[in-house]
This record gives sequence, structure tokens and C-alpha cells, in this order.
Amino acid sequence: MLRLDGLEIRQGEFSLSADWALEDGAVCAVMGPSGGGKSTLLATIAGFLAPSAGRVVWDGRDLTPIAPAGRPISILFQDNNLFPHLTVERNLALGLDPRGRLDAARRHAIGAVLERVGLTGMAARKPAALSGGQQSRAALARVLLMDRALVLLDEPFAALGPGLRAEMLDLAREVLAGEGRTVLMVSHAPEDATRIASHIVLVDAGRAAPPQAAGPLLADPPPALRAYLGR
Amino acid sequence: MLRAVAPGAFAVIFLICLTSFAVALTLGGGPRATTVELAIYQSLRFDFDLGRAAVLAMVQFGLCAAAALLVRMAGAPDALGTGLDRVVERFEPGGRSVDALAIALAALFLMAPLAMIVVRGVPGLLDLPDGIWAAALRSVSVALGATALTLVLALALVLRGGALAQLSMLLPLAASSLVMGTGLFVVLYPLVSPRDVALLVTGLVNAAMALPFAARVLAPAAAQAEAAHGRLATSLGLTGWARLRWLILPRLRRPLGFAAGLTAALSMGDLGVIALFAGDGEATLPLLMVRLMSAYRMEQAAGVALVLLALSLALFWIFDHGGRGDAAA
Repeated sequence: MLRLDGLEIRQGEFSLSADWALEDGAVCAVMGPSGGGKSTLLATIAGFLAPSAGRVVWDGRDLTPIAPAGRPISILFQDNNLFPHLTVERNLALGLDPRGRLDAARRHAIGAVLERVGLTGMAARKPAALSGGQQSRAALARVLLMDRALVLLDEPFAALGPGLRAEMLDLAREVLAGEGRTVLMVSHAPEDATRIASHIVLVDAGRAAPPQAAGPLLADPPPALRAYLGR
Repeated sequence: MLRAVAPGAFAVIFLICLTSFAVALTLGGGPRATTVELAIYQSLRFDFDLGRAAVLAMVQFGLCAAAALLVRMAGAPDALGTGLDRVVERFEPGGRSVDALAIALAALFLMAPLAMIVVRGVPGLLDLPDGIWAAALRSVSVALGATALTLVLALALVLRGGALAQLSMLLPLAASSLVMGTGLFVVLYPLVSPRDVALLVTGLVNAAMALPFAARVLAPAAAQAEAAHGRLATSLGLTGWARLRWLILPRLRRPLGFAAGLTAALSMGDLGVIALFAGDGEATLPLLMVRLMSAYRMEQAAGVALVLLALSLALFWIFDHGGRGDAAA
């Protein structure tokens, strides 16, 4: 279980607090106005930013002092989720082992996961030779291969068209959440949240509110969410 | 933009002129046309006055350090600005033709000496002096050694550099190759025979001299690689050698090739340290050329110059081209 224990993030004038837990297997959309700190919250959970107070706790273990790669977390950023100078296979291999070694067993595992995301036969390509949607699939494949319990999605599909984005979200839910992983994803689009989220965290006015069940919240939004959604 | 760049460019050019030992030596600067650097050379090679050479070297260093400080204050020119790679449209009546004229004149100024080398050198190729190929081999070996060392040092400075590294990158600008050679000569003379270590010292000094340029070429690319892909690398646990191998080196391939080419070409043509240290048996191509000139064997000297030119260009091209392969990434 992910628990944010009295978490305070300060960067100059900006500050954000969060004090809540998220149940295992939840697919939680992080919503709120631009500049509110959604990405900052994810970066702190991932370990790229140190909180000024409080802890990030996973299954009772304090993650705060642990480097990003040591946390049970994989993260997809808005862009640059693949090294452009490496083949898809090598990009995925780095998810298994930072030294990037490839042996028969690893090649096999990579082949299998590429098949799952619909990229059969694309292992030898470089990212530039893939479409935007295929690049997203390859990045998702690496997340799958890394097999971490908590997956953070910082709008990795934002640059895709609406149809492709919905497709990728479905795939993400199917392959990630289907296996009991907890997913935390930044989203600007309420339809994305409706589509795959079980919970919603509203980030606004310096506070990340505790997760609430997505259905009831979207059906009867509180004033802050109502204002954000423009209803 | 010009106001920001011009003072720095002026200072760098001033520095280069201040240390233009090779030209003065080649053209046979005598007592009436001497420079501080030439005077250092003469007190070492002919008068063998180590103390005087050291004092002169300090004078030269002081001059250059002052100029380097000016560069610093003027804000060193950042030759590697960013942009969107778009062609900038210009609307200036007559601008193009004036530009073309200026560029043509500058090209003429640069190309004329090179053209003369080719014209005069081709006949010289039929009558190359003894030992030219040994000298060529020495030059290429020194250049390759200096290149390897510079790349390693430049990478280390760029990736791990602090304030001290910044300073150490400026120092070779202030200390010319000849001044550094003088220092090393004074240090080494009591210990070993200078001619035994001539090539080694030349390579070391060449590497140090090229270091600021190499580091300057690499730094922006390294910063960009980290900015674009650093978080991904960190999230995958790429540290140390793995980060270097999978992120930094591939992203730096082009600037590495360019820096290697630059260093190799600079080192090939260097005529500073080697003039101090070399005995008869250790000449590199530039030294061989100067010796032939001072013996008034101009045709042979031109032939050597042509070989030197060709080898320098070839090395630069090979390295720079090597960095461009695989550009689809």
C-alpha cells in the first residue's frame, strides 16, 4: 500500500502537502489545474525530489531515503521514455538490468512482452523508426518487464491523438492494473479518468486531497473539481 | 548579440596571437623581430639559461593570464548557441553581396597560404627528405596519444567538473604550449635527458592545450543529454559506467568525434614543446619542416608541409566523420 505520511513539498513559493493512503490495485487519476503540482507529486513519490517533510511509505517501508531506481516504482514521463540511440530491445534490456546485458532468456522475455503490447518483430528498431503510438507501447513494455508494484504515469500519452490515447490507456489498464499493480496517473482529461480510474486525487490550492472513488466524485464533484472541470 | 560576443572573441584572438610562437619561429624571428616566446626558446636552446627562460615564461604567463582574465570578464563567447536549426531570413539590400565579398576575402586570406603549400609542395614530394616517414609516424603517434588523453580528461572534467575544473580548463589558455614546455623542461632537466621524453612531453602538453576546446565542445552536449534523458537513466538505475556507456557516450558521439579531430589536428601541427625538447632523432613533421627551412631547403620544406597538411586534414576528417556515422539516432 502506498502511504504519503505528512508529506510536504516546497520549492520556493510553491508548496504542496499530502497525507493519505492508496489501496493496492487502485488505478488513481491525479487531476487538477496546471501548475498545481501533479507532476511534482509524482516526481516526489518516484524519488526525483526530496520532500521537505514527511515520508513516502510502501508496504510499511520508508522509501524517502532510497534512490529512484531502488524503489518498487516505475515511471513514464511526458516524453523521452526511450533512449533514441538504442534499439527497442536494448531499451527494454535496460529495464531488466542497468548493465544492459542480453542473453537468450532476456531476449525471450523481451520478445514475449513486445508481443503483449503489439510490437512483435520491432525489437531491432530504433525509436525514430516507430510511430508515436508504437513508442508508447515500447515504453509500456519496459514498465511491464520491470514488474514494479507501483506504476506512475506522468501523462506519457498526452501527445497522442484522442483515439490513440484512449487505446493506450486501455492497454495500460489491461496489462498493468490487471496484474494487481497500483497505478497513479496524471490526467487532464476527465474522460480518461472515467475510462480507467477507480480513484481520483484532486491536486489544488497547495494540497493533494485523499483519493476518492472516481464514480461518485465525478457524478457529484466538489466545488474545486467542478471549477476545474468547467461545469 | 554582437556586443555580447565580440569582446570575448577579441580576447581569444588576442591570446592566440600572444602565443603565436610557431609563426615567429618559422619565419625566423631574430633579435630585431623577437617575441617573448621566441626569447624563451632562444634562452633554452642556444644560451641554455634556465633561469632566464623561467623568468621569461613567467612574463609570458602573466601577459596571457591577464588576457584570459579579460576573456572571463568579457564573458567568454559561447560559440555553441542553441536554436531551432531554421534558416534565418535576412532582408538587407545588398547584404548578400557584401557578405559574399567579406567571406571571399577571409577565405582568400586563409586559403592563399594553403594553396601555396600545395603549389610549392607538389614538386617537393619528389624529393622528400630522409626521415620524413619516421617523423610522420612520430607526429601521428603523438597526435593519437594526445587525442585519447584529451578525450578522457575532457569527459572527466565535463561530467565531474567543479569550480576547480573550470579553472584548470582556463589555465592552458593562459599558458601557451611553449610556456608549459619550458616549465616541464626546467622540472625534468635534472632528472632525465629532455630528448628521451620529447615525444611523451609533447603529447602531454598537446593534450592539455586542446583540453579547454574539447571540454567546451562536449559540455553543452553532455548537459543536453542529461536534461533530456537523465531522469530516465536515473529511474533505470544507470550509474557510473552504465550511464556513460548507454547514455553519455552515444549522445556525445558527434561532439566527441569533432573534439578528437580538433585535438589530433592541433597536435599534428604543434611546434612548441617539441622545438625545446627534441634532439636530432626525435623530430616531428613541423620540426622537420622548420629545420629544413633554416637550412634553406625550401622545396623539401614545402613537401614536408604538404604531407603535414594532408595528414592533419585526414586525421580530422576521419575522427569527425566517425562521429557522424549512425546519424539516424
